[in-house]
Amino acid sequence: MAVLSPPKVGGRPDQQEPRARRSKGGLAGRLFEYLSVGAGLLILVTLAAVAGFLVLRAWPALTASPEELQEISWFGSSTFLGYVGPLIFGTLLASLLALLIAVPLAVGIALFISHYAPRRLAQSLGYVIDLLAAIPSVVYGLWGALWLAPTLDPAFRWMTDFLGWIPLFEGYQPPAKNVLTASIVLAVMILPIITAVAREVFLQAPRLHEEAALALGATRWEMVRMAVLPFGRSGVISASMLGLGRALGETMAVLMILSPGFLYSFFLLKPGQHQSIAANIASKFPEASGLSVSALIATGLALFVITLAVNMFARWIISRRSEFSGAN
Amino acid sequence: MTTTTPELTSVTPARTRLPSWSPWAFAAGSLVLAFLVLLVLSSPTPAGVVLLGAVVYAVALTVTSRVVEGERRANDRLATTLVTFAFALALVPLVSLLWTVITEGAARFGPSFLNTNMVGVFGEMTEGGVYHAIMGTLYITLAAAAISVPIGILTAIYLVEYGRGHLARGVTFLVDVMTGIPSIVAGLFAFTLFTLVFGPAYRAGIMGAAALAVLMTPVVIRSVEEMLRLVPNELREAAYALGVPKWLTIIKVVLRTAIAGIVTGVMLAVARVIGETAPLLLTVGIVADVNWDLFDGRMATLPVYAYRQYSQGGIGVERAWAAALTLILIVMLLNIVARLVSRYFSPKASR
Repeated sequence: MAVLSPPKVGGRPDQQEPRARRSKGGLAGRLFEYLSVGAGLLILVTLAAVAGFLVLRAWPALTASPEELQEISWFGSSTFLGYVGPLIFGTLLASLLALLIAVPLAVGIALFISHYAPRRLAQSLGYVIDLLAAIPSVVYGLWGALWLAPTLDPAFRWMTDFLGWIPLFEGYQPPAKNVLTASIVLAVMILPIITAVAREVFLQAPRLHEEAALALGATRWEMVRMAVLPFGRSGVISASMLGLGRALGETMAVLMILSPGFLYSFFLLKPGQHQSIAANIASKFPEASGLSVSALIATGLALFVITLAVNMFARWIISRRSEFSGAN
Repeated sequence: MTTTTPELTSVTPARTRLPSWSPWAFAAGSLVLAFLVLLVLSSPTPAGVVLLGAVVYAVALTVTSRVVEGERRANDRLATTLVTFAFALALVPLVSLLWTVITEGAARFGPSFLNTNMVGVFGEMTEGGVYHAIMGTLYITLAAAAISVPIGILTAIYLVEYGRGHLARGVTFLVDVMTGIPSIVAGLFAFTLFTLVFGPAYRAGIMGAAALAVLMTPVVIRSVEEMLRLVPNELREAAYALGVPKWLTIIKVVLRTAIAGIVTGVMLAVARVIGETAPLLLTVGIVADVNWDLFDGRMATLPVYAYRQYSQGGIGVERAWAAALTLILIVMLLNIVARLVSRYFSPKASR
C-alpha cells in the first residue's frame, strides 16, 4: 500500500524508484500518511466501539432473571423479548407506513424535477425539496403535534365514519395523536433523501434510450415508463431503504406526536396503541437508573441492529448497481 | 371504451390534439367549479377548494383528452398531472411548517427572548429566554466540529489519496453504514462510554459533543471526499513533477484547491447536527443558566429546550415555538452562508 503511492510517471518496471523518491518526503510525509490511515482506522474502531459498548451495557438486562426485570416499574413483561417485541412492531409499523406514503410521492417529485420541470427551474426546485431535510426534527415534532394533528382531525373523522368497516381505520379518537399522524410526519422527513437519490438515478438514465423512445413516437410518459423507470428501479429501492433507515431511528417526531402504548395492534387511528424504540428510550431514559438503563440500552441495541441491516442492504444494492451501470 | 381498439392500431398523425393552453383553462375551470360546489354544500375553505379542484382537474382533463386525443395521450396527461401534484403536495408541509413556526414563534421572539435565560422563571411567568440554550448549542456543536472535522478530513484524504485495497473499501463501506446510525443510538453510545469511565452520574457537554461527532463525521467525510475527487489529477502531477513530496502536495495543492467545497461541506454537516435533539436529551439534559464548563455538569441546548418547554405546556409552548424559530434561523443562516461560500470561493467549473 505504501509502495504504490506517488507519481504514475515512472511506470511500473522499477518499483524501487518511487520508494527512493518517496523518502524525500521524510519523516513529515510518513507521519502524515500514518495520521490519515489512523483516521480511517478510527472509523472502524468507532463503529466497533458503538456496538461493543452497547452490548456491554445491555448485557445485564439481557441476562437478568424475570423477577429482576419485574422490579422495573414500567416493564410490562417478564422477558426482555416480550418487552421489546411490541416496540419493534411499533417502530416497523410507523416506518413502513411512512415509506408507503413517501416513496410514490418521492418518485413523482424526482420525475418532476428530472424530466418534467423546465430545465432552468430544475436545480432550484431540488434545493426547495432539500430544505425539508434542513429542518430540525424537534421542529417537525412541534409542527406535527400542534398543527398537523388538529388539521388532520376532520379527515380522520371522515375516515373512521365512512371507512370504519375496514379494521385499520376503526375507532378514531381525537386528538389525532395516533400512529398515522406520526407516520405522515416521518414521511415528510424522509422525503428529501429518497427524492435526492431517485433524482440522481433518473438523471443518469441513458439519454440515447430516451431519445430513441421519443423518436419512435412515444409520449413523454411512455418514454419515462420504458427508458427511465426500469433503469432507476434499483436506485429507487435502495433510496427507499435509506429512507427506511432514517425513519426507524427518528426519535423526536414520534415522541412528541404519538401517545404511547405497547400492543401488537393494526388500529392506525387509535391513540395509545404503539410506541417506537427510539421514542421509548427518549421518554424513559432521563428518569432511569440501574437495570432499567440497561434494559433501555438493550432496546437501543435492537434498533441499532435493525437499522444496520437495512442500511447494509441498501448499500449492497447500490454497489451491485454501480457494477452494472458501468457497462451502458 | 369500445372504440379504442381500432384507434390504437392506427396511430395516425392526423389526430386532433387539445390546444396547448387547455391545461390552464381546465385548471381555472375546475377551481371555479370546486368553489361553486363547496358554496352549495357548505362554506368553501381555500384548502377544500384546491383539493376538490385538483381532483376535478385530473378527472376532467384525462376524460376529455381520452375522448379527443385517444388513450395514450390521456395517460400521458394523467402522468404529467400526477407528477406535478406530487411536487405541489411536497410543498404543503414545507410552506405550512415555515409559516406556523414564523407566526407562532413571533409571539415571543425578540431581543429580550434571545438575551435572557431561565433562572428564576416559574409557572406562567412570561419572562425567560434562550440565551443559555443558544450558547450551549453553539458550544457543544463547536466541540463536535472540533472532534469530527480533523478526523473527517484526514479520513477523506486517506480514502482519496492513499487508500487502496481491502482497508479502503472497508472504510468506505463503514462510513456509509455510519451515516445510518440513528441519532439516539449515538446518544446511548456517548452515554455508555462516558459513564463507564467517569461513573454513572457524570453529565457534561462533552458527552453530547461526542454523540454529535459520531453523527457528523461520516457526513464530513462524504462531502470532503467528493470535493477532493473533483481536484484535477493534473494539478497533483504538476506538483510531483516539481519534486514536491506527496504530503506537501496534498496540503498545499489539493486541500487548497478544494478548500471552498470543504468549508461548505463542513457547514452543511454542522447545520445537520445542530438540530439534533435525542442524543442531547440523553446526555446533556437541560439547566436554567449558562454553563461554560464543557467537561462538568448539564448544559442547555436549543432543541432540548424547545422539547422541554413543549412538554411543560401552557406558556412553555410559546417559548418552544420561539426556540424553534431561533433554531431554524440558525440552520438557514448556516445553509445560506455555506452556499455562498461554495458559489463565490470555489474554482470555476466545479460542476
